[in-house]
Amino acid sequence: MEPSGPLSPSSVSLPAAARAPQRRWMRRSPLPGFGLGMGITLTYLTLLLLLPLGACVLKVTSLSPAEFLAAVWSYRARCAYFVTFQTSLIAAIVSATCGLLLAWVLERYQFFGRRFLDALIDLPFALPTAVSGLVFSALFVEQGWYGQFLIPLGIHGAYSKLGIVVVLTFVGLPFVVRTVQPVLESMERDTEEASSSLGASRWQTIRFVLFPALWPSVMTGFALSFARGLGEYGSVIFISGNIRYKTEIAPFLIVSRLEEFAYPEATAIALVLVVGSLLSLAAINWLERRSQRYAG
Amino acid sequence: MQGSTHHHSLRTDATGMHQEPFWVRCVLIGMAYVIVLGLIFIPLIYVFYQALAPGVSVFLDNLFGDPDTRHAIWMTLTVAPIAVLLNTIFGLAAAWTLTRFRFPGRGTLLTLLDVPFAISPVVAGLMFVLLFGMQGYLGPFLRDYGIQLIFSWPGLVLATTFVTLPFIARELIPLMQAIGPDEELAAVSLGASPWQLFWQITLPNIRWGLLYGIIQCNARAMGEFGAVFVVSGHIAGETDTMPLRVEKLFQEYNNPGSFAVAVLLTLMALSTLLAKVLLEHYLAAQDAARLEEASSVEGTT
Repeated sequence: MEPSGPLSPSSVSLPAAARAPQRRWMRRSPLPGFGLGMGITLTYLTLLLLLPLGACVLKVTSLSPAEFLAAVWSYRARCAYFVTFQTSLIAAIVSATCGLLLAWVLERYQFFGRRFLDALIDLPFALPTAVSGLVFSALFVEQGWYGQFLIPLGIHGAYSKLGIVVVLTFVGLPFVVRTVQPVLESMERDTEEASSSLGASRWQTIRFVLFPALWPSVMTGFALSFARGLGEYGSVIFISGNIRYKTEIAPFLIVSRLEEFAYPEATAIALVLVVGSLLSLAAINWLERRSQRYAG
Repeated sequence: MQGSTHHHSLRTDATGMHQEPFWVRCVLIGMAYVIVLGLIFIPLIYVFYQALAPGVSVFLDNLFGDPDTRHAIWMTLTVAPIAVLLNTIFGLAAAWTLTRFRFPGRGTLLTLLDVPFAISPVVAGLMFVLLFGMQGYLGPFLRDYGIQLIFSWPGLVLATTFVTLPFIARELIPLMQAIGPDEELAAVSLGASPWQLFWQITLPNIRWGLLYGIIQCNARAMGEFGAVFVVSGHIAGETDTMPLRVEKLFQEYNNPGSFAVAVLLTLMALSTLLAKVLLEHYLAAQDAARLEEASSVEGTT
């Protein structure tokens, strides 16, 4: 038997070291660059993330509880949260529905123009939000391509909540399609075939086999587009008209408080918004863990 | 009973898979067309229509005749590459640290990486104003050294970098996790220097994923609006980027001018999409090659 000294083959065998379960809090890796990589990562995150977030919290603590409450719970602020929340929620529901349909059609059917549609889905990711806001507001005014048909019917897209929902759906749609698509792709056709050969109707297969497997990814896409909607600014301000109490969104209120140099009040409203979006981020992580359990 | 009444649904197509009835497929495909054309394609065409309707010469004059617009184009072309470069360095460092080593707090760091995605761009801008602005915590200190970050271009870089921070790291981490450290461990055991390790092993393995991340990061950096809106101070000809210029011209009721800048941004988005499609093609081929290699190695042992 070989003595298990520092030079014994078992202790220098590299793949074993790489694969071994990491029980101790830190195992020396033979790879270089831990110090440099960690240094860059921590410095960067501290400067860009932790310090600014800290400044935010510090600024809010300069307000007394009564002032804080007055800033975050004024009538105007409550209206702004409501508009933000309502439009984001509706847009996320529409995105989830349309996104599921698009993912299904693009993944399961062969038809003329499939690759073209598939490529276009990513456009909202790449298109600057200012452009989408600008173009939708122009489409929905009286002379616009959509407005000239919709306004005679009494449907006002520009300067209304409907317009906000439309741009938020535009922005949120790819999140749903791109989270559902890979799940549909990886799902075994066998399960569907087994289900139908066991006598299930197509509808039963969809209801009891496909849907439970797809549900977590649809919810993840929903949460992503909802969170994006809560914070969206660029596209909304063009089309909403920013009418106080009616179509003013919370991020716009932050900007107007800033322009009045009311920094603590702006920060207090921002904090409410950050807590809201961090909660949806936590929900996303939780859903992702759930969907991984489904996949595994 | 159920099986016989729904017999038509068991119809299979050429590949032998079960499909919905023909009319259901047609309706669903039709709806997909309506959604994508109405929500994405027509607005895309409308950008070009609005900008070019007054004529090409007016369009060109709107773009290059206005010194403030010219400066905004220049500003975007300066700010975005700096932000992308910073985030590339950070993304490589973070991905290397997080995928090649285990340490306490690793999970926390991974979560921190996602925070910029969860924060409204407006709030991101606000944070930098609070920290570096004239009334900010570090603003007066920096001013004593003659450094002004807010309402000047370094503030634009900071805000843009923050908003695009996760893109490259988020692309590299799953990729490097999937590739695994085996090749790098082998190289180190054969005596490779850290420099050789990076340029000859790690970078060639991740280059397409890295490029993909850079393309996405760049698109977002060039198009960022909310965060730079807050830190820029809207000084025309000084701190306006292209998206901010779009907004300012829109507020001035200069629709053709606004759409002219929007056309440039849209062309940027379209080239991003094209590059992504080509790269996805490449990445898929590379994945297939890696799988094949893995299975052939398994076969021989």
